[in-house]
Amino acid sequence: MHVPDGFLDAPTSIATAAAAATAIGLALRGARRELDERVAPLAGLVATFVFATQMINFPVAGGTSGHLMGGALAAVLVGPYTGILCLTVVLGVQAMLFADGGITALGTNVVLMGVVTVVVGYAVARAVQLVLPRRLPMVAVAAALGAIASVLASAAVFVGLYSAGGAVPIPLDTLLTAMLGVHTLIGVGEAVITFLVVASIVSVRPDLVHLARPVLVTRELETRLVAA
Amino acid sequence: MSARSTRAVSTPAVSTRTVSTRTVSTRTVLVVGLLVALVVAGVLSSYASGSPDGLNRVALDLGFADAERASAAGDGPLAGYEVAGADPRWSGGLAGVLGCLMVLACSSLFHLLRRSPRAVATQGD
Repeated sequence: MHVPDGFLDAPTSIATAAAAATAIGLALRGARRELDERVAPLAGLVATFVFATQMINFPVAGGTSGHLMGGALAAVLVGPYTGILCLTVVLGVQAMLFADGGITALGTNVVLMGVVTVVVGYAVARAVQLVLPRRLPMVAVAAALGAIASVLASAAVFVGLYSAGGAVPIPLDTLLTAMLGVHTLIGVGEAVITFLVVASIVSVRPDLVHLARPVLVTRELETRLVAA
Repeated sequence: MSARSTRAVSTPAVSTRTVSTRTVSTRTVLVVGLLVALVVAGVLSSYASGSPDGLNRVALDLGFADAERASAAGDGPLAGYEVAGADPRWSGGLAGVLGCLMVLACSSLFHLLRRSPRAVATQGD
């Protein structure tokens, strides 16, 4: 999904850079509430893990590949504000050091993979969590559904940006169908990886998982009620 | 063992179960997670699919792939996840490990942002 230089025109790239900068500013403020002694090192690990996992392109249909975006995963593990910062660090290192994603497209990539995936992934995971039973194993299920939604949202937002400032005119519905089609398959991969990672950490240390905290609070209250 | 002795330990067993979620230390989670990341970036990355990704596939199919311009960072020593001058067998994995360390270094940002220990203490744990 890393957008290279040249796909989007200058005005669109400037607009996405401004949007990315605004989102990072808000995230820097919001992350102070999420980060404590315990979460801060975990956030570094999440960023490193997302970087590493993004190197693994898995094959999807027809000579096409995809990799984890990681926005939903990061948001579920360390919180949405910190998640935006994790993905921003990853995307910045990729663009500057590895020429993965363009430099002028960095704002676009932060918006698509650092903000849209985090916000949509987290919102969907929270919404699913409200519907499902309040039990720890459900945290990874909610995260997985957030993950697939996050990839589709990111693909759809790219289509929106391309329609505003794409290099070559392409019929919007053709582009949308193509992007959503291939990213549905990639989204399934995203959901599987997100489920496995979240389920692993929830099974050993649920207290370290941001999205598991509401469940843990409920469980503690229930335990006290029974004891009394 | 008789049923009575089983019942005798059942009360502590409940509290042990609550504690058991903390038997794996945060340090262990961090170290294991970091090792997994390094193995993924350093070793497994060489088995990654070389096919174009979703966006590049769509760009090729719909005819806007040629609009791509080379990145200004394209001449850097790690561009394209290859270490310039390194043996091709190790180049990709080494680039991945260096990238992990770079991301980890940048993540010191999170320590600067974190709440002060005093603020955490007043909030309670």
